[in-house]
Amino acid sequence: MDTGRIQASESPRAVLGCTDVSVYYGDFRAVNEVTMDIGVHEVTALIGPSGCGKSTVLRSLNRMNDLIPGSRVTGTVAYHGQDIYGKDVDPIEVRRRIGMVFQKPNPFPKSIYDNVAYGPKVTGMKVSSMDDVVEESLRGAALWDEVKDKLKQSAYGLSGGQQQRLCIARTIAVKPEVILMDEPCSALDPIATARIEDLMMELKKDYTIVIVTHNMQQAARVADRTAFFTAEAAEGHGDRTGHLVEFDLTTKIFSNPSDNRTEDYISGRFG
Amino acid sequence: MSHRSAGAGPSTVSRGLRPSPDRLSLRSTSPRRGEKAAFGFLVLAAAVSVLTTVGIVVSLALPAVQFFREVNVLDFLTGTSWTPRFTEKSYGVLPLITGTLWTTGIALAVCVPLGLGAAIYLSEYASTGVRKTLKPILELLAGVPSVVYGLFAVTFVGPVVLKEWFGIQVQTFSVLAAGLVLGVMIIPTVASLAEDAMSAVPRSLREASYGLGANRMRTVLRVVFPAAVSGIAASLVLALSRAVGETMIVAMAAGSQAKMVSDPLEGGQTMTGFIASAALGDSVQGSLQYNTLFAVGITLFVLTLVINLISIRLVNRFREIY
Repeated sequence: MDTGRIQASESPRAVLGCTDVSVYYGDFRAVNEVTMDIGVHEVTALIGPSGCGKSTVLRSLNRMNDLIPGSRVTGTVAYHGQDIYGKDVDPIEVRRRIGMVFQKPNPFPKSIYDNVAYGPKVTGMKVSSMDDVVEESLRGAALWDEVKDKLKQSAYGLSGGQQQRLCIARTIAVKPEVILMDEPCSALDPIATARIEDLMMELKKDYTIVIVTHNMQQAARVADRTAFFTAEAAEGHGDRTGHLVEFDLTTKIFSNPSDNRTEDYISGRFG
Repeated sequence: MSHRSAGAGPSTVSRGLRPSPDRLSLRSTSPRRGEKAAFGFLVLAAAVSVLTTVGIVVSLALPAVQFFREVNVLDFLTGTSWTPRFTEKSYGVLPLITGTLWTTGIALAVCVPLGLGAAIYLSEYASTGVRKTLKPILELLAGVPSVVYGLFAVTFVGPVVLKEWFGIQVQTFSVLAAGLVLGVMIIPTVASLAEDAMSAVPRSLREASYGLGANRMRTVLRVVFPAAVSGIAASLVLALSRAVGETMIVAMAAGSQAKMVSDPLEGGQTMTGFIASAALGDSVQGSLQYNTLFAVGITLFVLTLVINLISIRLVNRFREIY
């Protein structure tokens, strides 16, 4: 089960480095001062109770929060040392390199083929053969054998698990370096979930993965490192601000966490 | 005594558990007259609109049939001279159709790009505050009476905008001025309905597109637009129907000379314009002159119907169902 797990390296070789990242929605501070590194070719899991800001942190890693009016990020998110919130950074370039898979499968109402070809087309990727890109991406998402005979059919005819793998195929078609996954299995049954988890273990050979999950067993199964978040009411008012409690190797988090709150959470005592 | 009270206990309980026969009945306990009245009213409301439509078709069709007993359908549809009120009468409807096609075409050329542009701006680019201010204003514009637009076309757009500002030598009455103003009048309809359709596209689809590194324009054109196409097309069909059927603007600004329109700078008469100018109450019911109005009316009706049917076909072919 531990095959592929990073052994004993204490600090990750970072693709993404968050330093004092706080995220605000208007005046409301959703997440306070998160500092953590995302290691290359690792799976990093963000866990914690509802409302702890783990999805917000994830979405701040490729500027997806930009799309929410009134949202604001302070601190730095460095991608290979370059702050993605820097002045002359184009968020579109950021999202090409740091792709995203969402909670609910959200294929476009187009054919399976067009879903995968969408990214390469709109980002103006120079491809010698789109057919090859589509096949390669679908193979990469372990979906090719199931759909190769119906590429022209609507993606909406696929099952939920297949749709989610299609979304992964669509994401890897633009060849990002990092894939962010926001609770990718929460809408799926256990069998489909297992397939996505197997796929993640495959994908991390080529990609760096950050996953938000509500399922602690899932974090324990797939993640090399795990970050535990929680939310506490700020002084004075009732708004709960999320913050990072502990970030360590998954084995350490689940066997010997240094913070009591982490231990309480993973042993099911709260949250 | 304790025995009696113990006996009284179960008897009260059993009265609670086993109610008297009339409480067991499942028949309605209240007459619910209000519900029946409401139901009756709703049926009536639905029936009125259906019956009105049937009534319109029948009242259009009967005089039109009379008309086509006296005038050959083919002559009517292919004739290029329309002089029903002259001594030398001629019943070729093509001049009116060309008038309608010109004003409608010019109107669409104005309202499709501007209306869809406004819709895309409002739905995809404008901030919430801007949208909340602009949309009601836009919808207010849709409530301006068309006679006001007509005046605007005759007194301002023709002589001032076209002639003075742009130096286009339009005649006093021109299909160009009428069509332009007609187009402006329909912009709010297109913008508002198309914006509704685009706003209804789930945010998850936009996020998927942005997450793949698509920019805003690509997201709009390749994801939002195709997903919203049925609503957008509905807005355009409605716009088209309004342009074809609009009367006041064209009656005031396009003139009343029925002729084959070949130059938009000249005036011309549309089908609606003819009906408005000829339906003055001086036509004797049942006369050919009277029936002429209905023949033109039913032509208009069929034209609109055909346009709608074609549009529905097109939409079903291209839409992406989310």
